[in-house]
Amino acid sequence: MPPFQTLIDDHAGDVMAVLRAAVGRGDAEDCFQETFLAALRAYPSLADGSNLRGWLITIAHRKAIDHHRARGRQPVPVAEVAEVAVTDPRPDDALWAAVGALPPKQRAAVTLRYACDLPHSEIADTLGCSTEAARRSLHEGIKRLRKELA
Amino acid sequence: MKASLQRLAERASEEGLLDVAYTTADSPFGALLLARTPKGLVRVGLPNQDADELLVELAERVSPRVLEAPGQLDEARRELDLYFEGRLDRFDLPLDWSLSEGFRLRVLRAISRIPYGQTRNYTQMATSAGNERAVRAAGTACGRNPIPIVVPCHRVLRSGGGLGGYGGGLPMKRELLQLEGVLGD
Repeated sequence: MPPFQTLIDDHAGDVMAVLRAAVGRGDAEDCFQETFLAALRAYPSLADGSNLRGWLITIAHRKAIDHHRARGRQPVPVAEVAEVAVTDPRPDDALWAAVGALPPKQRAAVTLRYACDLPHSEIADTLGCSTEAARRSLHEGIKRLRKELA
Repeated sequence: MKASLQRLAERASEEGLLDVAYTTADSPFGALLLARTPKGLVRVGLPNQDADELLVELAERVSPRVLEAPGQLDEARRELDLYFEGRLDRFDLPLDWSLSEGFRLRVLRAISRIPYGQTRNYTQMATSAGNERAVRAAGTACGRNPIPIVVPCHRVLRSGGGLGGYGGGLPMKRELLQLEGVLGD
């Protein structure tokens, strides 16, 4: 396995972007710490190092889900998500607010596809559903965003 | 992001997950890579060595839990700064010898006892390590010293008085010996 620091250098920005979209800017930091500590704990016994980015993003998603469960709600404070800078050029605030308002599965699919550039198969792995279901969530999410932002 | 990563390194250390902490430090010769384990300083990379390669080697040979954590190396950096200023003649840092073993380890331990401002030759090092005929192997042990400067392999010269070799290049060896007053300017 490569030095863990290379995972941080290469993917910390993506992980933070996923978490900001999933739990909001205010709570993303805590989830970010939990994600990387969990990854660091498991890293020496990780059998397959071929997709470290997907592995990290999967952990981030679990931490986001844990976070939502702990809060017993479906948050995403819109005003905070709006500050996310994911890619260059900076995505506009209204778009991210709308992404934040999507149902959880659609929101996750859209974030993984466009903030993290994951293919459908990896979105499916991350969400624990079939590739077809991931494609459908993404499609529904995009359709809804088009309508919201039209 | 910088604050997040600093916090991560601190928490990793508290939870016993920081197996190898590293940083880079300025020196009169260029950037040094400093790496430590919970046991002590494990690696000093000289300016002419590729830091990325050294980190990969540490990940393979010590642990892949390698994190940049400058705070963990404050004391090493402080002592090295003083040494380069000529204000410190004995390092007081715990060392982790786990990158060396056998005869090489014995040679390096013998080297670590050579006082500041003194020199030995490769034959003497081979003898100290328990095999006076293994002069060439003693030379190799010096060349593969994972903790140069702190384990002062620059104080080992050829029997005839020649400088011998140095992983950081001969000009660096010469300057370290000048700093310690062994060689004139």
